[in-house]
This record gives sequence, structure tokens and C-alpha cells, in this order.
Amino acid sequence: MPEIVYMDNAASTRLDERVLEAMRPYLFDSYAVATSEFGHSMGIEAKETLEKARSSLASTLGISPEELVLTSGDTESSNLAIKGVALSLGEKKGKHIVTSKIEDFPVLNSVKAMERYGYKATYLPVDSAGILDIGELERSITKETILVSIQHSNQEIGTVQDISAIGKLCHEKGALLHVDATHTYRRLDIDLAKLPVDLMTFSAHTIHGPKGIGGLFVRKGTPLGKWMDGGFQEFNLRAGLENIPGAVGFAKAAELVTNEENERLASIRDKLISRLLKEVSETTLNGHRTKRIPQNVNITFHYVEGESITLHLDMRGIEVSTGSACFSRSLEASHVIMGIGGNHERAHGSIRYSLGRFNRMEEVDVVVDAMKEVISRLREISPLRKEEKT
Amino acid sequence: MKFPYGDKVLEHFKNPKNVGKIEDPDGKAIVGSPACGDMVAVYLKVEEKEHRITDIKFESYGCASNIATGSIITELAKGKTIDEAKQISWKDASDALGGLPKIKAHCSVLAVEGLREAITNYEEKHGLVKEKKPTTVDEVKRRLKNVMNPLTGLDVVRGNLITEVKVEEGTVSIWVDLPENHIFAANIQEEIKERIETLWDVKKVELHFNPSTA
Repeated sequence: MPEIVYMDNAASTRLDERVLEAMRPYLFDSYAVATSEFGHSMGIEAKETLEKARSSLASTLGISPEELVLTSGDTESSNLAIKGVALSLGEKKGKHIVTSKIEDFPVLNSVKAMERYGYKATYLPVDSAGILDIGELERSITKETILVSIQHSNQEIGTVQDISAIGKLCHEKGALLHVDATHTYRRLDIDLAKLPVDLMTFSAHTIHGPKGIGGLFVRKGTPLGKWMDGGFQEFNLRAGLENIPGAVGFAKAAELVTNEENERLASIRDKLISRLLKEVSETTLNGHRTKRIPQNVNITFHYVEGESITLHLDMRGIEVSTGSACFSRSLEASHVIMGIGGNHERAHGSIRYSLGRFNRMEEVDVVVDAMKEVISRLREISPLRKEEKT
Repeated sequence: MKFPYGDKVLEHFKNPKNVGKIEDPDGKAIVGSPACGDMVAVYLKVEEKEHRITDIKFESYGCASNIATGSIITELAKGKTIDEAKQISWKDASDALGGLPKIKAHCSVLAVEGLREAITNYEEKHGLVKEKKPTTVDEVKRRLKNVMNPLTGLDVVRGNLITEVKVEEGTVSIWVDLPENHIFAANIQEEIKERIETLWDVKKVELHFNPSTA
């Protein structure tokens, strides 16, 4: 059995043991529901723990704790942001939402859902590196536009948007801005004291935290309707039992990510990109060369298909993902790769390597060797291959 | 480790049988699936007395089930007469592989189509087609629906890559909305010609590329 090289950290990460240790007391000793200050002592303690975790998370973003709503993860956060703003402003201001073609599904499908309720949506194009056209954004915002939702970085190709410029424009034109920061939180600097952003989505599971916990930053005064009904938890914006072990784990996970780690991941990323482009012929880097998160590599290997590549890699203990239609549950090619060029062939052979804390520089050798062998084998059986290409 | 396919599929995926091209094939077909972008090529050598398949090879630009089905179909067809080989179904291929996921049916049915098209190609080249209908624009378009544009994953007819088709006195003229120096132009040209040239009453196939898209 080969040692596993896990490079699918954008999908989910391994929990850090230190996170589990931080969570443990709140699973076994202090497991009560967070109560009001007049509740029983275990409940008061739970409430204090929750608020401590919230404060710790808030301090990483330059916000006050009351501006952070804890949720079950990025999917719920983006649903709350988009549907919540629509609930609050739809009747008062207008029914138009702007987003981009390459957003992740929580945003894309929340916007699509609102279209079924009579909202209009604009899906903005991006250029061949995945960068949003600011001019197009400016033209798309009208008096009816209540919300613009643009990701900080892309889930597949890692391209980073200029959130500061986008936010400035949205505010000049009177629209709110929601940013999906699922793949940038703690990987890039995010200072919400300065950034003109109204709502921002986070998740713990992309930074070696537990699954099932995330957050939504809601800037003070931002109109937001409640759509998860029940109790009065989370500033009466999100009903449901608070996930205290999750919140503690999320705060610990956020604390454990360091600049040194991000620099180390960026150097593994750069090594992997340069070696694969140099040592395997007929490849294309997907995404931007420099405006890229430290943990993402995405390359198309022409003349071969992605699911075949991932299966061969899986047999060698290497776990990655692909934008090929054959790999997806919907049998649709990656909307991101199509969005940056409309090219089916490019999606067909695209492979994403996403890095995390437990990846090591030595794994680059293992991956590059395996890629050379697998691509050469698959090209041997491909009718599209050119002569003598490996 | 837990793989998404059974052992037999994985074995044929890892070590596919009968891979490659046959020089000077007696029958040949390249088919593509617009749905997922996979392509399969099938090459045949056929002994002419009994029309028995003596050699068969395939190539795949596709996913694991596409590769595995290509491999098993060549094993099933080898040694059979063309009439027997035509009867091989997707179910036969799937059964021989110990079962394929239903969602992958269209990637794997492609290899079966490839085999049948290659046999048709052989029959046409050897005057074995019994019914001789005159070639129409519709028949040309029907055949071109198997030529895939790898850029869009759509076939060239539905993807509007073919802008016009004319059939006049044995000459088929086809207008293609691509510049002649496009990376897939040569591939597409070859595929189109192979599919149309074998029709019994076609003497010449002329392709017209679009210089204004260069």
C-alpha cells in the first residue's frame, strides 16, 4: 500500500490534532447548551466558551464579535448572505443580484434559487485567467441591484479577485457586496476594518478545522433577513443549537495557520507548477500566474481525460480532483474551466492539486514522477495524441 | 482502498488489451460523445471470405469506463464474423466487465458504437451494403453527428460548426466554420472525409474552411 499523498485540500482537509484536543472538553465535560446569563452554570460556561471562540475569530479579521454569525459552513453562510439580503431588501429596493460565472455552487445556486422567486440575476464573465472585468461589473449594477456576490478566490483555479476595488465600486453604485472567502480565510490577509465588504463567507474545514462549522461576517447595520427560523441564537439571524465544540475548533484552526505555513505552501505550489509545465509536454496552467492562492495548482494535460488520470493516480496513492465531465455527479464539465475559455477539451484533462498543512515538498517528486508516467500511458492510447509526445 | 469500479473494469483500465492503430485497416471509425467529450477509435482487419475479424485495435480519449469498454469490446469481437460482432451490445460488454455504473452508460456505449461504425465502414468499402439509396444532405448530416468538436464537446452539426452541406453529382461539399490552421482542423477534416467518402455514390468530398475566423 503506497503512502497517501493527499492533494485535495480544497475539497476538505484533515483535522489538526491540536484542534481536536481543543474541542475535546466541549464534547465530554462541558457539553451543555449555551444559555442566558440566568441559566445554569454549565450553560453559562458554554456561553462564555462560545463567545470566547467568536472573539478569537473576529480578531483575525479586524471585526467586532457581534459581526460574526456562526453557521454550519460556507454553504449555509452564502445562502444566508444572498437569501437574507433578498428577504430584507427585495421588496424595498429591487430584485437584481450580480455574481460571476465561476462562483462556487453555494453562491451560484442561491442566486439561481432567487431567480425562481422573480429576481433577476447577472452572471458576469471573467477573462482567461479568471479575473473579473471591473468595467462589466460597473455596467451591470443598476438602481435595482441589491447585492453583488463575488468570491475572493476561485475554488478550482485559485484566481484571486481585487476585492478592494470591487467593493469600492459596489458602494459607489449603492449595492452591497458579499464575498465568498472559503479558500482565502487565513491563507491571504483579510482586514475587514479596511476592506469595503458587507458580508463574507468562511468555513473551518478548509483550514484543518472541523466539518460543519463556518461563519458569516455581517457588517454592523447591514440589512439581513433571517431564513433559518427557530430560536433566537446568533443575534437572531440563525436559529439552531450553537455548535460549541465546532466554534472552539474553528477558532483553534484559524489560530494555527501562520504566514510561514502559507509561504511554505506557496513554494510547494510554485515548484509543482514549474516542474509539471516543464517536464510534461502539452500542458496549460489554468488560472492566474501570480494572483493565485498559495495552496492551488490547476493544470490541463491535453489529449487525455481527467477521470482516467485521477483513477491512475488514486491507484498510486495520490488524491487529486478534475474538472472533467466524467468525474462530476452531474456529468457536466467544470463551469469554471468553461467560464475562463469555453473550452470543453481543456476541462476534460484538467487536474486540480490543492495543498494543505500536511503536504511536504518531497511529495512534489512523487507527484511529478507519477504524472509523467500516467500521462504518457494515457496518451499512448489516445487517438488525439501527436507523434512522440509524452 | 476503495475504487469506484469493480476489479474487472480496473484490470482492463490498467492494462487495456488491443490498444493502438492498425496500419491500412479494412474498417475504421472514430466516434465521440457530445455529452461528456470522450472519443473512441476502432480499427479492424477482416478476412474477406467469411468476413471474420482477424485483428482489432482501439484508442480512447476518455474516462475509465470508456477505456475498459474499448478493451473488452475488442476481446469480444476478435475472431467473430462481422454479422456476429454487430450483435455485441453494451449489456454484453458491461456483463463481461462484471457491471458498469449506470451513469457511465453513455461513455461506455461509445465503444460499442465505434465497433458497429467500423463494421459499417468495412461493409461500405467492400460493397456489402445491400440497400443502395442515393446520398442526401440529411444522410451526410446524420453521419456528421458522430464527428465531435473537442473544443465544445458538441458534434459538428449541433454545435453549428458545419454551416452548409451540398450534394451534387457525386460531390459532397461541406462548409466548416473554422480556420484551416485551427488546432483541430486537420482532425475534423480527416474524420469528416472518412465518414462520407465510403458512401457508395460519393466520388469526392470537398471541405471549405472559413478564412474570416482565422
